[in-house]
Amino acid sequence: MSEEESPATRVAIGISFGNSYSSIAYTTEDGKAAVIANEEGDRQIPSILSYVEGEEFQGTQAKAQLVRNPKNTVAYFRDFLGQDFKSIDPTPCHQSAHPLQHDSTIAFKIQDTAEDTENIVTVSEITTRHLRRLRNSGTDYLGKAVNAAVITVPTNFSDAQKESLKKAAKDADIEVLQFIHEPVAALLAYDARPDAKIADKIVVVADLGGIRSDVAVIASRGGMYSILATAHDYDVSGTQLDQVLMDHFSKEFIKKHKSGGDPRESDRALAKLKLESEAVKKSLSIGSSANFSVESLSNGLDFTSTINRTRYELLASKIFAAFTRLVLHAVEKANLDPLDITEIILAGGSAHTPRIASSIVSSFPASTAVLAPSTSPTAINPSELAARGAAIQASLIQEFESEDIEQSTHPMVTVTPHLARAIGILCISGDESSGVFRALVEAETAVPVRRTAIVATPREGGDVLIKICEGRREIKVTKSTPKAKDKKGTVEEDDDSEDDYDSEEEEDEVREKTWKVEKVLAEAALRGLKKGAKVEVQVNVGHDLAVTCHVREVGGKGGVRGGWQAPGVANGSA
Amino acid sequence: MAAVNIALPLPVLPEGWSAEKDFKAVGELTHATDRNIEPVGPHFLAHARRKRHKRTFSEDDRIQAQSNVKKVEDEDAGEISEPEDPLMLQRDAKDWKGQDHYAVLGLSKYRYRATEDQIKRAHRKKVLKHHPDKKAAAGSTEDDSFFKCIQKATEILLDPVKRRQYDSVDEGANIEPPSKKDTQKGNFYKLWGRVFEAEGRFSKNQPVPKLGNDKSTKEDVEHFYNFWYNFDSWRSFEYQDEDVPDDNENRDQKRHVERKNQNARRKKKTEDTTRLRKLVDDALALDERIKKFRQQEHAQKNKRRFEKEAEAKRLAEEAAKAKEEEARLKAEKEAAEKAEKAEGKKAKEAAKNAAKKNKRVVRASVKEANYFHGAGDAPAAQIDGALNDADLVIAKIDNEELAALTSRLNGKKDASEIKQIFVDEVKRLIDAGKLKDGEAKFLSA
Repeated sequence: MSEEESPATRVAIGISFGNSYSSIAYTTEDGKAAVIANEEGDRQIPSILSYVEGEEFQGTQAKAQLVRNPKNTVAYFRDFLGQDFKSIDPTPCHQSAHPLQHDSTIAFKIQDTAEDTENIVTVSEITTRHLRRLRNSGTDYLGKAVNAAVITVPTNFSDAQKESLKKAAKDADIEVLQFIHEPVAALLAYDARPDAKIADKIVVVADLGGIRSDVAVIASRGGMYSILATAHDYDVSGTQLDQVLMDHFSKEFIKKHKSGGDPRESDRALAKLKLESEAVKKSLSIGSSANFSVESLSNGLDFTSTINRTRYELLASKIFAAFTRLVLHAVEKANLDPLDITEIILAGGSAHTPRIASSIVSSFPASTAVLAPSTSPTAINPSELAARGAAIQASLIQEFESEDIEQSTHPMVTVTPHLARAIGILCISGDESSGVFRALVEAETAVPVRRTAIVATPREGGDVLIKICEGRREIKVTKSTPKAKDKKGTVEEDDDSEDDYDSEEEEDEVREKTWKVEKVLAEAALRGLKKGAKVEVQVNVGHDLAVTCHVREVGGKGGVRGGWQAPGVANGSA
Repeated sequence: MAAVNIALPLPVLPEGWSAEKDFKAVGELTHATDRNIEPVGPHFLAHARRKRHKRTFSEDDRIQAQSNVKKVEDEDAGEISEPEDPLMLQRDAKDWKGQDHYAVLGLSKYRYRATEDQIKRAHRKKVLKHHPDKKAAAGSTEDDSFFKCIQKATEILLDPVKRRQYDSVDEGANIEPPSKKDTQKGNFYKLWGRVFEAEGRFSKNQPVPKLGNDKSTKEDVEHFYNFWYNFDSWRSFEYQDEDVPDDNENRDQKRHVERKNQNARRKKKTEDTTRLRKLVDDALALDERIKKFRQQEHAQKNKRRFEKEAEAKRLAEEAAKAKEEEARLKAEKEAAEKAEKAEGKKAKEAAKNAAKKNKRVVRASVKEANYFHGAGDAPAAQIDGALNDADLVIAKIDNEELAALTSRLNGKKDASEIKQIFVDEVKRLIDAGKLKDGEAKFLSA
């Protein structure tokens, strides 16, 4: 396939291509995303290729080769794509084929044919082979030849990396419709659920992977996503957790078999230890204890042991704390407070770990929902999030011409002004200091934007004042007194329960989210309202920050309409 | 996005507040920050659409809504819009058996393919147009005959049993088989495909195999004709029955008519089966593929025969060749042996001659050396002894050595030189142990 497929003949899937695992997903007839299992029944396919006498193995089969045939097994290669040798970290590949410098790219020296010679295979070629296997799995499952895909990439994937991934995909006969960021794909997977409500929220997506962790803070405004901050960490990762278990079991082994030697000192024993530790880690995410059992671990000695979850959590507590710190750090980077975060989505393989979820829950206020398997029964499998999101995006755009996709993702369209402050109205009192500010349009919302709110009126009806202001969110810290509830001046938030954060007994301060009115934008009046009437306020911010608003009684006609122009232009009402 | 509900009440309008049209702008928005929005998700696509086409929210809503609505309308319209034949409009409803029910409802291009839903909708459409009350309102006469036609057509077409009966005799759906001439001129598959498709509607076994085209396989074609020769038809001819008198008085008459109808039906059915059979026969006779397959089969058979013959011929030829080759090899071998023998004889002869010649030379040289006797004539004993010695030497050495000796002796005139050569030779022979010391008395130095 040299030219692009026409939209009619396109069969597109979503591919999540990770360093440790890849997965593929498609969208069913009724618009639901589903992850495809490969021939071996794996939905999480290890991104590993192994060659034994010219035969290619991928996925779980290739992973098993890490013990016997590490020299001809290529693993953890995704991040090497499009990079030069100086800038890569070869540590994860220590137990598989080592990356080498080859011209300006990176290559592996492996025996990939039946001959007894070592060939130099570039990382791009390896990626092509891996993607081809994924494509074949998709084709077998769907019964139609897959020829296009949406592929997820980390937020810090450079253009060069994207370009070489695109080329590798093209060589594997896959047209890349679009690259989407992994955290956004995860968010899309949640938002595409039929029961999901589109609201204005700030979401943290923590992608805890095998050899790296990425956190993104995303403003989700009416289904449009803007990344506010990201944090990447190559130390806090799933392999660290494996390492903890490996150390633990090595020590146990040495204690039990004095003559056995340290299994960490032999390559083969290390590989066995690592594979089993990963399996133990996974079963500890589900059950409360797990068996560790390796035949002929070191010096021909078999080793069997058990570990319970508490022990494991104790051993790995430092790493769990590091995960939480990473998330908090990202929130801080976005100049936000934990109170601002509506949702935390845990993605990636390590997100199955119950302790990571629970420690994140405890470091955020109760108003923050943490979406992970152990905290929310409706959570989607964190390992599948990215692939599902990509599949949804693929189904949305597969009917478009490539040119259309190109134009829509052009910076001309994607770079948009975002509101610096929230726009809202004052309730209860028209006075800026005593009135209660209620946001209609949150800060960091991309313009143009249109929002509508239905507001209650005084009980007896009559004339009302609608005061539209700009507000700024403030965090109010109150020293906790025995009766914290009867503070004056603080605001009761009935519809969001954001200040219901019950601090623990020992803590002596209560943090709350309040609004401070910064600037009054406009005033309008509605006269002669009926008893119990409601007022509909619609605010429309144009792409040049010109605002129009329309205020009317619900069910009534007419109403008041007005607007003002963009900053820098003389004011005027319409 | 859905509207947000805010439960807190709005403030009461303060006394003395007033503005033109009850609205006054006071401030303006703070400058915004530019950020990238993620090009992902349905809401982004809507945003991109608005931005690229420079639409506002309400415009976009309207255009999207319109494009959705249009689709529904199109579906509705395209279906039943056949022009009505003015002659048909004047039909009398009493003659319902003669009317084309599909044409009355405007479904003549669908016929037996029309779905129930299509019939219902077509009926509604026609009723809306031809309702007698409407006509009366428009001022024309109160003529409701065509409306009755519509009702009758709907009644028949919506009843599955009656519809089958009508479909059985629906002339409008029949497609006359093309003549032989037409078939030869035109495209067999196109012309006959339509005929079989129309006939296939009577089949109890659905789906009916297609005629196919000239690339169809032999199995497909055979299956096709087998199907048609074993055609199981639901076609019946009740619709063309004579009306059975509905009076209880004349039972015999009634039974007579009924029997007549039965017979007529049976007859028609038989006729129809014969007709169909002939039709299939005709098609089969005209079908080029049958000839092609026969030819192919023939060719295949011939080919096999040819191959067999060729194989036998080849084998015979090969055997003959092998025999010839063998004979040739044998002859060659014999000739070579003969030649070799002759050659050997010749060589032996030559060697013998050479040896003789050499011996002569040796003896001559002995004579030349004056029988190894100093000067003057040699005594007989000396001559005898010298010649004996020379013969002894000759006898003891083989042909090659003899040749070597001869070459050394050749051209030597000096007696002492010749003797020296002989002495050397004898000495060599003694060293080699072929002569005993003292055997050659005259030549032992």
